[in-house]
Amino acid sequence: MSKIHVQCTINGEPTEFLCEARQSLLEVLREELGFTGTKEGCNDGNCGACSVTVDGVLVDSCLILAAEVQDKTVGTVEGLASAEGLHPLQQKFLEHASLQCGICTPGFLVASKALLDANPNPSQHEIRHWLAGNLCRCTGYDKIVRAVLDAAGTAE
Amino acid sequence: MRDFEYTAPSTLREAVKLLSEKGEAARVLAGGTDLIVQLRARRFQPERVVDVKNIPEVNELSVSPRKGLRIGAAVPCHRIYADEGVKEQFAGLTDASMIIGGIQIQGRASLGGNLCNASPSADSIPALIAYGAEAEVIGPDGKRKIAVEDFCTGPGSNALKPGEMLVAIRMPLPKNNSGGHYLRFIPRNEMDIAVVGAGAFVELGGRSKTRVFKSARIALAAVAPTPLLVAEAGASLEGQPVTEETIAAAAAIAQEAARPISDMRGPAEYRRHLVGVLTKRALIGAVKRANGEFVPNAVQSNGHPVYQLS
Ligand code: FES
Ligand code: FES
Repeated sequence: MSKIHVQCTINGEPTEFLCEARQSLLEVLREELGFTGTKEGCNDGNCGACSVTVDGVLVDSCLILAAEVQDKTVGTVEGLASAEGLHPLQQKFLEHASLQCGICTPGFLVASKALLDANPNPSQHEIRHWLAGNLCRCTGYDKIVRAVLDAAGTAE
Repeated sequence: MRDFEYTAPSTLREAVKLLSEKGEAARVLAGGTDLIVQLRARRFQPERVVDVKNIPEVNELSVSPRKGLRIGAAVPCHRIYADEGVKEQFAGLTDASMIIGGIQIQGRASLGGNLCNASPSADSIPALIAYGAEAEVIGPDGKRKIAVEDFCTGPGSNALKPGEMLVAIRMPLPKNNSGGHYLRFIPRNEMDIAVVGAGAFVELGGRSKTRVFKSARIALAAVAPTPLLVAEAGASLEGQPVTEETIAAAAAIAQEAARPISDMRGPAEYRRHLVGVLTKRALIGAVKRANGEFVPNAVQSNGHPVYQLS
């Protein structure tokens, strides 16, 4: 079948790509566009490693077809750090040792950023609830939650 | 995943045409949180996928005194639970839409999709049934309405004919002194599938000390091949005083009506027990809301709501 031409904005940059209808956004981000920060864990919506935002809404990129992002704005973990340095969440994840193997980390960062954008001062309960769709199999969740709490205090 | 033709029509008319041309070989895409998993698992191998999210009617979420609540088939959960009008008048739908999957899933998954996917354990369906919701369907022969309790015909199958699609779910505005609640039991805190779910809607009459049930509707999840309206349980409350006893009697009727199976989520007897507990709680939560009290759902507070008549 012929390829689909998609125009969108990724991390602020206008982008276009060709994809097959069956390709997920995750697959296109990683394999066609080189955004390998977004990870594949389960490929069925359970682990959150593939978290991105689409028009500001947090979603699993394994459960969205690449063709669906026509005219949309996509945010990936590569968009977090700026020329000035790491995003406060990234800094706090480092300080609190909130990662071991790191495969879940981009998903947690993107999800946590979406949380702080929606709710700059979340309670611990709200953080745990928001991050329930992100799984970590090595670090445990305490250090991650502490990093987000700390970043919430410092992020402007 | 097999490749297919991806289409994204912007009118209902075009969508119906695209669906009718392919019949069973076409699938509707809304939030994709069930469909994309099923495509990958090759449970469906459609020739054509019709993404309906560019169609205005399926994205509309509106509450009006005359028309009631209208939820477009593709409106994602996060828009439903953020909506103040829904929170105020249909808190039982807020309950359900906040516990389907995690935040990422709620960013995409719609109640319309939850309904069409027709899982026996779907969280939103008992809540919709309790509120007396109707599915608005369009197809090659025009529009028709289907009561939500008649929409699911078996696990994973629904009443839509080839070429038809769900446009919206609508329900009347609740009268004064009414309230609804949905809750489920899962062994985890989040991100799980209901072992049992129960939804209730009640309308009360009488004075504050001598409240009576004017009407009640009770529906259950995960205890039958489809989400189940237990009309007899609701009817048993009509005209009865609001007491622990009348509520317990209605819960016993719901237990009788449940036809649970044993599976990895729990044995049938355990499920039947849960039906009793959850029906009582759903009714008490609905009564409290009818009385204007705030009843948090499973994720709105750290603690758990107190299910006691005050
Ligand atoms: S890879 Fe998308 S949720 Fe796990
Ligand atoms: S650090 Fe390894 S899975 Fe989270």
